[in-house]
Amino acid sequence: MAFNLIGKDFTPADIEAKVTGQAKYSEDFRAEGMVFAKLYLSPMPHAKVQKIDASEALKMKGVIGVLTADDVPEINAPGSPILTNEPTYVGAPILAVAAVDEATAADALDKIKVKLRPLPFVTDPLESLYPGGPNAIEKGNVAARGVDLQEHKWSAKDFAKAGEGQLPEGKPVEEWAFGDVEKGFKDAKIVLDETFVTATGSHHSMEPRSCMAYWQNGKCYVHGSVQSSSFTFPFLAKALGIKPNELVFISEFCGGGFGSKAAYYPVMAIPAYFSKKINRPVMLRISRAEEYYLGSARAGFQARVKIGFKADGRVCAVDAYVIQANGPTTGFWDYQNLGSAISVVYQPESMRWRGVPVLTNTPPQGAMRGPGENQTAAAMEPIIDKAARQLGLDRLAIRRINAPDNSGTYGGGGKQVPLTSAYLKDALDMGAKAFNWEEKKKLSGTRKGSKVIGVGIGQAFHTAGANGFDGLLRILPNGKLHIHTGVGNLGTYSYAGTARIAAEVLGYNWDNVIIERGDSRKGLPWNLGQFGSNTSFTMARTNYVAAVDAKQKLLEIAAMDLGGSPDDYDLSNEKVVSKSSSSKSMTFAQAAQRAIELGGKFSGKELPEDLNPMTKGSASAVAGSGLVGVAKDNLKKEGVVPALCAGFAMIELDTETGQYEILEYLTVADCGTVIHPTGLGAQLNGAAVMGFGMTSTEHHVYDPKLGIPATRALYQQKPMTYVDVPSDMSWLAVDKADPQSPMGTRGIGEPPLGSAASALACAISDALGGHMFNRIPISSDMIVNAASGRAQSHKPLQVNTQ
Amino acid sequence: MAAGKGAVERLVSLKVNGQTRRVDVMPNDTLAHVLRYKLGLTGTKIGCDRAECGNCTVMIGEETYYSCSTLVHTVRNREITTVEGIKSENGGLHPVQQAFIDELGPQCGFCTPGQVVTAVAFLKKNPRPTREEARQAMAGNLCRCGAYGNYLNGIMRAAQNSVSMK
Repeated sequence: MAFNLIGKDFTPADIEAKVTGQAKYSEDFRAEGMVFAKLYLSPMPHAKVQKIDASEALKMKGVIGVLTADDVPEINAPGSPILTNEPTYVGAPILAVAAVDEATAADALDKIKVKLRPLPFVTDPLESLYPGGPNAIEKGNVAARGVDLQEHKWSAKDFAKAGEGQLPEGKPVEEWAFGDVEKGFKDAKIVLDETFVTATGSHHSMEPRSCMAYWQNGKCYVHGSVQSSSFTFPFLAKALGIKPNELVFISEFCGGGFGSKAAYYPVMAIPAYFSKKINRPVMLRISRAEEYYLGSARAGFQARVKIGFKADGRVCAVDAYVIQANGPTTGFWDYQNLGSAISVVYQPESMRWRGVPVLTNTPPQGAMRGPGENQTAAAMEPIIDKAARQLGLDRLAIRRINAPDNSGTYGGGGKQVPLTSAYLKDALDMGAKAFNWEEKKKLSGTRKGSKVIGVGIGQAFHTAGANGFDGLLRILPNGKLHIHTGVGNLGTYSYAGTARIAAEVLGYNWDNVIIERGDSRKGLPWNLGQFGSNTSFTMARTNYVAAVDAKQKLLEIAAMDLGGSPDDYDLSNEKVVSKSSSSKSMTFAQAAQRAIELGGKFSGKELPEDLNPMTKGSASAVAGSGLVGVAKDNLKKEGVVPALCAGFAMIELDTETGQYEILEYLTVADCGTVIHPTGLGAQLNGAAVMGFGMTSTEHHVYDPKLGIPATRALYQQKPMTYVDVPSDMSWLAVDKADPQSPMGTRGIGEPPLGSAASALACAISDALGGHMFNRIPISSDMIVNAASGRAQSHKPLQVNTQ
Repeated sequence: MAAGKGAVERLVSLKVNGQTRRVDVMPNDTLAHVLRYKLGLTGTKIGCDRAECGNCTVMIGEETYYSCSTLVHTVRNREITTVEGIKSENGGLHPVQQAFIDELGPQCGFCTPGQVVTAVAFLKKNPRPTREEARQAMAGNLCRCGAYGNYLNGIMRAAQNSVSMK
């Protein structure tokens, strides 16, 4: 299909404000009489507050007030409290103090006496599963989405049964299977049994999650940093105990989120509650160190995967068991995604998955770019290489034979569901050609002094689309098209890229399009947020259905005024034109004016019944201003939408220092039709940068004796800098349309992190002759140990290693 | 880190973006804090407040500084340039800003003001850099979106455009 806008680059409307410093993030807003809040954070990993004495602080000049857990709704564990009297991690906010400036607020914190009674705590999930092991919260040690809080322990026998360095396999909390796993393993030529550990790590959004709020004329105004505008709104209103029409939420820019600011999070509620209590606008600046405590984190795994391969490399059976370090709240379902990711990327003929999400007294964990799928990629891909070596197969060939195509399925939950489309084999083929895999692999192991070449291929998956949300747009009497989007602005520009789908349907010149977003007063439809790699599918559909609705109304108005039936007309150059006589036409501007006069459905005064109440409210607020296109996405959706990536890396590793340089890196994306080429390239390369960090340096360390995080600064977790990654990276896209997306587009934000992380892990392993670390990240000292034949300083299942 | 009860507050003059601004500062006020909270120049971002990320980069004279770790008292009467003061000669977008737009440098945009300031200062000193020189010069500015390649494309484009304009 030939498009006017789709597949072409454009300048997003919000980018100029970013280069001039005019873009306002939540910490950039000011309000008359604004005061500053600082948080008192728990110094203990698990404790009970016995007494708070703020009297000395309140006497200080400039101190306005104190907000404690008693001033906000109680949220019981394993929920996420706003402030708490039972902190379950070091850094949990216990109270907030407000003062005329931040320095005074910080001084006031020193004067507040909080008496805490320490409680048992745990940082290693396995320790909590031991008989009599500590529970992270009083009433249990296991909870997750769909898993009620419970106490779950294994027997001493379960632990004793596991072989040296192998994950014990006591009773799981969840499990599923498909196919005949027993037969699958019988069919296998080789079976690998690998235990591995992946560390937790921080999102490191450059913008800490600061928030400012005030009340005015009965409404609460909140400036927050979040990846979704509409999707945050009802949850924030609920957290504040107010009706949606009492909340104004401004979130025009978000300084990075990567999952950690997907939607409402608890500290966002503190300024609003505090402001109500002291009747002053409240700014809560979150510091970088605080961000490490309460800014969410990627969950860690201790896992074991038994995997059977036939002689040709086909995966015939998988038996996966995963323990997740969940933090003290319900966290995220990374551990479930380990199972679904394996089921998609390797399309096993049979598979069993078992998991236990264990609560730990570590920062609350949440989704981080490819939550579960990307830890899985980084751990699994070197295992695929090991199988290739044992079977004498090429590493590309063993991936190709297992990679999903259009007959592929998603097996998460144990029911094999079709993928809407999948071209991972194509991605591998394109990548192998462009990277020149056949020649590059010959360089593997080439030595120059202490330096050795390693090459690797990585693959990753994430689901990439949802449905059932609403689209809203307006054509005004001045002829301009206003597209309303509540999806949020994460910096991927896909809010704009998917808006172009509406403009494409209507044949609009992009210069005549205005995107309304980022402020609940602008009339935002009910949309999902910028997370889960979903925007390029989900928002493509909502914008499409709204545009189709507007198109139908334009045709109807033309037929009404110019005669004939709607079918007699078409859209061309922002006019409705008769198919038989081009002189019979009306401009979109004229049609918009007529829509206002006609009222009813044309101007948004009558709305479809099936819209979400938020969309109805927004559409009603803008009704009468022009021709309104509004609809719920009821398009067909069957199966799971995948985002898939392949990565190809070549490195030069120094066996004496454990350092390496990434000489070349290529990502190939399977994301359906490409909407915005330069935007796609930026996502693929940026995700790769993050993936290299995941494999090499980024991880949390907690002191197991005290439960205190040892990694609370950028220099300790070392996200990648300009000089850590290649200054030129390459990318390609398969660019084949998905049949369930109106213009073929699917999301892609997350898997390019996993494909890079895993390609790098494979290249490191390759440089060391196939050495298996079974651990992410792979630190320099681990590389030196491996290169010199020394034992590693950690035990196979140990967490919190340096 | 106490603000120092009874510490002497001082009215100082700061030359920011070509204007002299009188401002009340505490002895321990950082330049980043004063720019953002006392002079309303919120383009300078605070990403770490401890000289790790470079989001708060400004120029003092011709040199780049992390304004979060620069005490404001130390820069009295110095020429300070923030992102708000970066412009082309005709007052429009600076070639670096335009090139960052053309190369889709910013993603979330939070580190962008710091990237702009560092790049502008670098190109003043080295108008025709190699990509590797630019990469080394930019190494003190973190970008979690990982847009390093796009920013480098922007710097190389700006250098080329400036040369071709002359």
